[in-house]
Amino acid sequence: MAIRPTSVTEVSGIVSDRSWLTEVGDFCRERPLGAIGAAVVVVNILVSFAANLIAPYDPLATDYGAMLARPSGAHWLGTDAFGRDVLSRIIYGSRTAMLVGFACALIGATVGTVIGVTSAYFAGRVDLLIQRVMDIFLAFPLIILALAVVSILGTGIGNVIIAIAIPMIPRAALVARSSALAIREMPYVDAARAAGYRHQRIILRHMLPNVMAPYLIMLTAYLGQAILLEASLSFLGLGVSEPTAAWGLMLRGAAVQFAEAAPWMAIFPGLAISLAVFAFNLFGDSLRDALDPRLKTQ
Amino acid sequence: MRRYLPIVVIAILTAALAGPAVAQDKPRYGGELIFAVPSEPPSYDGHREETFGVIHPMAPHYNTLLRTDPNDKTGTKLVGDLAESWTMAKDGRTYTFKLRKGVKFHDGSEMTSADVKASYDKIIFPPQGVASDRQGQYVVVEAVQAPDPYTVVFRLKWPAASLLASIGSPWNWIYKADILAKDVRWYEKNVMGTGPFTFVEHVKGSHWVGKKNPNYWDKGKPYLDGYRAVFIRDSAAQVAAVRGERAHIQFRGFSPSERDSLVQALGPKITVQDSPWDCVLLVAMNHEKKPFDDKRVRRALSLALDRYQGSQALSKIAVVKEVAGVQVPGTPYATPPAELEKLAGYSRDIAKSRAEAKRLLKEAGVPDGFGFTFKNRGIPMPYEPVGVWLIDQWRQIGLNVRQEVVEAAQYYGQVLRPGNYEVAMDFQCGYIVEPDLDIYKFQSKEISPANYSRYTDKTLDELFLKQGRAGDAEERKKYIREFEKRLLDDEVHYFYTLQWHRIIPHSSKVKGWTITPSHYLNQQLDAVWLTE
Repeated sequence: MAIRPTSVTEVSGIVSDRSWLTEVGDFCRERPLGAIGAAVVVVNILVSFAANLIAPYDPLATDYGAMLARPSGAHWLGTDAFGRDVLSRIIYGSRTAMLVGFACALIGATVGTVIGVTSAYFAGRVDLLIQRVMDIFLAFPLIILALAVVSILGTGIGNVIIAIAIPMIPRAALVARSSALAIREMPYVDAARAAGYRHQRIILRHMLPNVMAPYLIMLTAYLGQAILLEASLSFLGLGVSEPTAAWGLMLRGAAVQFAEAAPWMAIFPGLAISLAVFAFNLFGDSLRDALDPRLKTQ
Repeated sequence: MRRYLPIVVIAILTAALAGPAVAQDKPRYGGELIFAVPSEPPSYDGHREETFGVIHPMAPHYNTLLRTDPNDKTGTKLVGDLAESWTMAKDGRTYTFKLRKGVKFHDGSEMTSADVKASYDKIIFPPQGVASDRQGQYVVVEAVQAPDPYTVVFRLKWPAASLLASIGSPWNWIYKADILAKDVRWYEKNVMGTGPFTFVEHVKGSHWVGKKNPNYWDKGKPYLDGYRAVFIRDSAAQVAAVRGERAHIQFRGFSPSERDSLVQALGPKITVQDSPWDCVLLVAMNHEKKPFDDKRVRRALSLALDRYQGSQALSKIAVVKEVAGVQVPGTPYATPPAELEKLAGYSRDIAKSRAEAKRLLKEAGVPDGFGFTFKNRGIPMPYEPVGVWLIDQWRQIGLNVRQEVVEAAQYYGQVLRPGNYEVAMDFQCGYIVEPDLDIYKFQSKEISPANYSRYTDKTLDELFLKQGRAGDAEERKKYIREFEKRLLDDEVHYFYTLQWHRIIPHSSKVKGWTITPSHYLNQQLDAVWLTE
């Protein structure tokens, strides 16, 4: 009877599956707050994907007979000034939040990391020039820069994503550069240079994978920030426009006007924003602690 | 006699009870009126400015030739201010005004026809480099003459039904001729009129103070010792000022929720006056962009609106209410509701209207789910709620509309004037209810730069001229109806959403002030008094 030899891939697959589950288990046990944050993040993502299945009403459907209705069996979280169901708008609003959050964090962290690593790799005048440009952007608080960009580009989801992602780029570049400066001196980078590899290959294949830990941490940290910024811009009337369901948008206009008479219009979207940002921050902090080798040794 | 005893007793009791009420309505002298102003004056010259931030604090320093009756809620009844009487020549091209005698400027000099002529020359024929915001409304005036110290004559190029209303403009303050002769821009930085209150001080960003003019020509007036206009931009702070009784009134208007919160907090200490407002949000459809060049599509957009339900719903959350045509409801030239219902989009049978709208869209080749961008101005009240309502109404006929909100300061320059839009929100607000002023914008684009729908309609232009030159009110009314039908029904070049609704909740101590459909009118404060 011939015995079929187990392939390396199969073995490594089993090993990596187990190790992944173990890692998750360890993470949950060692960092329960981070695990709770991660669970809320996952729920948020699932809700945003399944919004059309779980929302009790069309988020755009008005019901002028039920304007400013308080929370009840028909409308669990009440209705807004146009009789739209607040719960449904929060559920659909998570789509906007996740879309803007992930898009901004991905663009900001990725572009920033590439710039930071490139800057560290070339060093000298290139580094000096890139860093001074980054310094200019860093001189402005995140919200001010986002406001400036959105006032130039105009409102709408696409522009909001660009407006939030741009201020994140220099911040990500700064973090990535400091990590990449150490990697740049590694013997394997020297070896790659000596072997005559092109700069592009060295940056993308040898340096970038080694700044993945700070990249992931930035990604999670920026997610929360992006959600908060999107809500702030929408609240100021510079983000997404009505009738799109968005948490920040739900907090402005009639929600302010009827803050005393219909507080549910502001309370529940406010809670959704707080919960999402808090969850992303908890998860991001725990991830940072888990991935930081210095903290691991402690 | 016994039969009549109960009647006599009731009559005596009624008289006794009515006594104090009558006494209460007798104006009381003294006190300082404090009012909030949400905007500040860019300059002090009413002839060049267009914000109520100039009118509210400064109108009490001046008089105009004519004014609207301070007790007339429609804001259409003209009475003499500095003019004692006036006549129109048979040909309708000469108006003669007789001025009051003994009217003194605040510096003690006498006001004469030379001052009226100098002021109107500055408004109608301003020297090079001097801005006159409403100059265009007086193109009909050929000359202003002052044949004697107490007579002013306006000679017109053609008869104009709106001339008296234009003369009654609350902006046309009478300035002193000698001052204008020395420096035509003096009034941009200084105040000196004939009004019921003299100027005391203006502290930028804080307040404006006026005190009683003891030599006012209208003997016995004003009743107040003075007034203080407090500049407060934030509406929540304005509400807080009235609620905390730090201000008696804010003359521009509050939202329904702000009114409710004040009434709830202050009960009988608050009196609410409300009125249709001579302001309206319009929907402009760019005739140069497809499919909005097709009147069937434009008609469908108007047919989709359930204006009556919208009025009921939106009036609870926004400063809009009345369903109206081209004139403020209840004013002399307004179309009666029953007749209005015959126009596209004004029917009470909304199901039928929307079915018709869908049919028209299909006939015009517009597919179900067709999408377009609706551009709106970045001002929350009432642009935002009306915008949401419009998009919802258009959804009901299968249109998929995306809203783009453009920053208010850039809106006209970047969106409406260059025609950079498909469908957009437009705005019309008059300082006095007068058809010429309310509908001039709808003339062809070659005539009216404010025609943002960008069409040419010679028939509409002719109707505009005919109504403006009509000999009597009935004839004028007929042309206005024809104009309205062509604009809103036959061609649907533009359409009206809902008329704004002005709500003024004020301290019950304030008497003698009547709301009008314009927040520019009735601001001289000469008849206003305080109960305590």
